[in-house]
Amino acid sequence: MEPDPGKNQTIYFDNAATSWPKPAGMIEAMNHYSGMIGGSPGRSGHRRSLDAGRIILETREVLAELFGIDDSLRIAFTKNATEALNIALLGILHSGDHVITSSMEHNSVMRPLRFLETQGVQISVVSCSGDGRLDPEDVRAAIRPQTRLLVVTHSSNVTGTIQPIAELGHIVRDHGFLFCVDAAQTAGALPIHVDEMAIDLLAFSGHKSLFGPQGTGGLYIREGIEKHLRPLMMGGTGSRSEFERQPDFMPDKYESGTPNTIGLAGLGAGVRFVLAEGVEAIRRKEEGLTERFLKGLASLKGITVYGPPDAASRTAAVSFNIAGVSPSEASLELDERFGILCRPGLHCAPAAHRTIGTFSRGTIRFGFGYFNNVEEISFALEAIRSLAVGA
Amino acid sequence: MEAPPYAVFLFPSVSHALKAEKILKEQGIVHKLIPVPRHISSDCGVCLRVAVAQQGLVAEALQGLVTWERMVLL
Ligand SMILES: Cc1ncc(COP(=O)(O)O)c(C=O)c1O
Repeated sequence: MEPDPGKNQTIYFDNAATSWPKPAGMIEAMNHYSGMIGGSPGRSGHRRSLDAGRIILETREVLAELFGIDDSLRIAFTKNATEALNIALLGILHSGDHVITSSMEHNSVMRPLRFLETQGVQISVVSCSGDGRLDPEDVRAAIRPQTRLLVVTHSSNVTGTIQPIAELGHIVRDHGFLFCVDAAQTAGALPIHVDEMAIDLLAFSGHKSLFGPQGTGGLYIREGIEKHLRPLMMGGTGSRSEFERQPDFMPDKYESGTPNTIGLAGLGAGVRFVLAEGVEAIRRKEEGLTERFLKGLASLKGITVYGPPDAASRTAAVSFNIAGVSPSEASLELDERFGILCRPGLHCAPAAHRTIGTFSRGTIRFGFGYFNNVEEISFALEAIRSLAVGA
Repeated sequence: MEAPPYAVFLFPSVSHALKAEKILKEQGIVHKLIPVPRHISSDCGVCLRVAVAQQGLVAEALQGLVTWERMVLL
């Protein structure tokens, strides 16, 4: 079936920004909380407050199961991956510390680091290859006595390039500093196990491949690290109300203020969907769609594709350019003429675009998701062909 | 004098209390979440009430899975 943009029929290829559609259970869970529960979790002892608390605990528990976390209370909820990364970076790093990162990072990592640089933190940005791969040996070579943290994205939101997280984690653990992973693109899309990958801090978005609503995300903090990790915000937590000092334990230390209970109800349903389908099955489907798209692009004239050539080395975000058409023109045409929704430009990741040689022009990015299908890919390839021929 | 029939487990936060509740539910140990009695603590949270006879069993079930702050006989 071809979409009719005039009837607001679309093909949604912007899952790397936020996923759509969501599983039916997500909306139901949010309706149920809103209509039937509605209490403030952890604040009162009445049944609706407790039921709200139970919903949030359940969401923590299914996330812990997904990421191989022993104690679900090691996860603090945030409004997105950006807030989680800010808590980790601004909380851990102090003047005189050294931090290592890659040249493929999103601005949610680069901007806090550039701020910290003005506060006396030393930064090493390790260069990646032209298709976005980080060589663990280059990270090893960047380690100094003052190195406190390695922060790396699990996969790039520009090229989908998957980094060797477990290998990096074990290098970091051997040297005794901390490892923070930006899993915005991979939580729910690739298997993640915090112990096997030696991850100390895991930041994730709830609204991408975990199928929660916007306004959800979180940070896993390995046991003991909270002692040295300053919270970004302080305030009411429901616990220790008689004290004016912020609680020093997980997760309350990082969860001040009334939480996004309705959003976390939806996130819980999204994660249960991921567990029921299976991350491996989700990955197989997304890899298959990506492979089909990459093969199709390779047969078209006037197209440049960025990132690793094989679908196995990447998640389902594909950046490309059409000769003679700017990314923003192309995305407007794709939307208006074909109903194909994607994202052009720099994708909040200027460092990554410099690495792949597309700064400041940018690229067209298609972000596939579990609910896309092969017919949509074929239709999109035809649309791209007609834009390339017309250029 | 009669022995107090109940013991309460006090937790750092409601999240901890709810996690403990889940564990006891899974193990089929009878329990009830109640507001923390004012004479025990001025905190506004909830605690987990169990039969005194079960307190050892409860402590064993929670050990290593969720931290509690105190156990008090009612
Ligand atoms: C690699 C990467 N890191 C961080 C983020 C920020 O995530 P959020 O929008 O949940 O803050 C995104 C997406 O926007 C991303 O793709």
